[in-house]
Amino acid sequence: MIGFILRRMIQAVVVLLVVAFVSFVLFNYVGDPINGMVGQDTSIADREKLREELGLKDPITTRFIRFVGDAAQGEFGLSYRTTEHVGRMIFVRMPATLELSFVAAVFALVFGIAMGVYTGLYPRHWFSRLLQAISLIGISLPTFLIGILLILFFAVTLRWLPSFGRGDTVDLGGWTTGFLTLTGLRALILPSITLGLFQLTLIMRIVRSEMLEVMRTDYIKFARARGLSNRAVHFGHALKNTLVPVITVTGLQLGAIIAFAIVTETVFSWPGMGQLFVQSVFFADIPVMSAYLLLIAFLFVLINLIVDLLYYAVDPRLRSAQSAMRVR
Amino acid sequence: MAARTALGRLFGRVRQSDLLWSFRSSKTTMVAGVVVGVMFLASFLAPWIAPQDPYDPASLSLSDAMKPPVFSDRGFWLCPGGYELREGACAEEAKGSWQFPLGTDDQGRDLLSTILYGTRLSLVVGFASIALAMVLGIGLGLLSGYAGGALDAFLMRVADVQLTIPAILIALTLDGIVRGIVSTQRHEEIALFVIVFSIGLSLWVQFARTVRGSVMVERTKDYVAAARIIGVSSGGIMLRHILPNTLGPVFVISTINLAVAIITEATLSFLGVGLPPTQPSLGTLIRVGNDYLFSGEWWITVMPGIALAVLILGVNLLGDWLRDALNPKLR
Repeated sequence: MIGFILRRMIQAVVVLLVVAFVSFVLFNYVGDPINGMVGQDTSIADREKLREELGLKDPITTRFIRFVGDAAQGEFGLSYRTTEHVGRMIFVRMPATLELSFVAAVFALVFGIAMGVYTGLYPRHWFSRLLQAISLIGISLPTFLIGILLILFFAVTLRWLPSFGRGDTVDLGGWTTGFLTLTGLRALILPSITLGLFQLTLIMRIVRSEMLEVMRTDYIKFARARGLSNRAVHFGHALKNTLVPVITVTGLQLGAIIAFAIVTETVFSWPGMGQLFVQSVFFADIPVMSAYLLLIAFLFVLINLIVDLLYYAVDPRLRSAQSAMRVR
Repeated sequence: MAARTALGRLFGRVRQSDLLWSFRSSKTTMVAGVVVGVMFLASFLAPWIAPQDPYDPASLSLSDAMKPPVFSDRGFWLCPGGYELREGACAEEAKGSWQFPLGTDDQGRDLLSTILYGTRLSLVVGFASIALAMVLGIGLGLLSGYAGGALDAFLMRVADVQLTIPAILIALTLDGIVRGIVSTQRHEEIALFVIVFSIGLSLWVQFARTVRGSVMVERTKDYVAAARIIGVSSGGIMLRHILPNTLGPVFVISTINLAVAIITEATLSFLGVGLPPTQPSLGTLIRVGNDYLFSGEWWITVMPGIALAVLILGVNLLGDWLRDALNPKLR
């Protein structure tokens, strides 16, 4: 098992280095970093001097190693657009995005599994058919359209919930949270539904098809023959065996949720990293873009690693080294 | 004459095929097929059938701005036939009319016409980026599956990494890079190509993987060995012998990915980094209309939204059907 984890970690580091290299190339060759720092009337000699001082004339390998070292410390230089520190800009907006993504993921998991179990157990019930139809619409509507429709109904027409911003936030030593105020929690509702709906339908469909399959197996019949209650059969035996694909998909989709926060944050004017990224794409603000990409890649890799470890916790068959190879 | 009989034989084959039978045996699929077909046709004929040319300033009049759709509660229901029911209940400017069945936007453009033109652009971008992804994916997939070895390992590693990153993020980044290289004005001119390139490049992986998988199966078969023995070149074997046998799944993937491409394009345009307002796709129309959501003119954003949702739902349903119909396991 330690060998497996080590292999996974080496893979993760390789992926991170590749993304870091892409970021580095972006940073250094798209636009001239010097132009972003000096005024129009700086002489060429001064520019060359600055270039020398900043180490831009060092060999590419030295510069890349320095870039990785700086990135590890959250140092990405100044934004072309606002001349703020990029690391700081992203760090300030990170809590908003992570809280939104977290709530959306929990929403998708809880409702997705519940709806999946129900439609899997009673596939012919009218309510299951209704849920199925809704899930097809949920998969077909683009995220931003769902957001707009929710705003139209719950914010503009009914005036129940706010349509933009985070509400009041509490500062917990650099981490601003919206979980502790009423307006903060209310502001989370519509964006997290918008963000989680696609993943909800996905999880529901997977749980449903897995449940349908598992309920036909012999060990379910045997569990019934032993006189176990419906609850024990459905949740203790059937649901537990559908969890491996659910974990895979949820893990991969967590990355998608953080990425799609870009769209949701734009619709709801949510002050997170995604909104920052869209603005930086719009203004070709390369330092912010490359820092964001690197951060997202880091989150992706971290999530994938955690998912791999979770397999071990859920599926005992994977604990032998041989089958670990096979699953890979 | 020969061509005509060949065509006749083709029609005969289509009429007796399993595909057509399974198409006609599912009501949902038929409805989806008809809806998508009508939308394709109407949008490609937009310059001839649209009631108005929304991008010709001469045909616009600001006095027509912000008209609700004909069935809106401020129009049709309060004023059947269009005359005034009660005092002030149906002011002239709040009345929907058949002149603008889906209402008008802030410039007085007929929404039906802008939607027809917008759907056209969305479809053009969708098809073009799928074509790009298909060429790229099939090419690399064939190469990867046929050559094997280090090249195969490298390409599939790249594909693995790219598959974990959502298409929208890749497309956004590519767009940002292009913006960093070219000027803003130039960017607007080439926006269409940039977006096709971005989406196409973000969708090739699935094609490559599928084709590679089929090639690995096909290349061990006897007909490939036979072709090699009679001296067909590697390229010839790949393109003429192996490729045709991998096209079924490719067809299914392109249909499903067409929906993904349309959604991605709409999302990018909605974010303001896709097609500019001078050549608006459905996504751009929704973005522009979004500004009027709070002042009560909901139809400016909802109408293109419905068009987009119906289009994607239809394409998705067709894709699902195609996947099941071409899957021999389900027969």
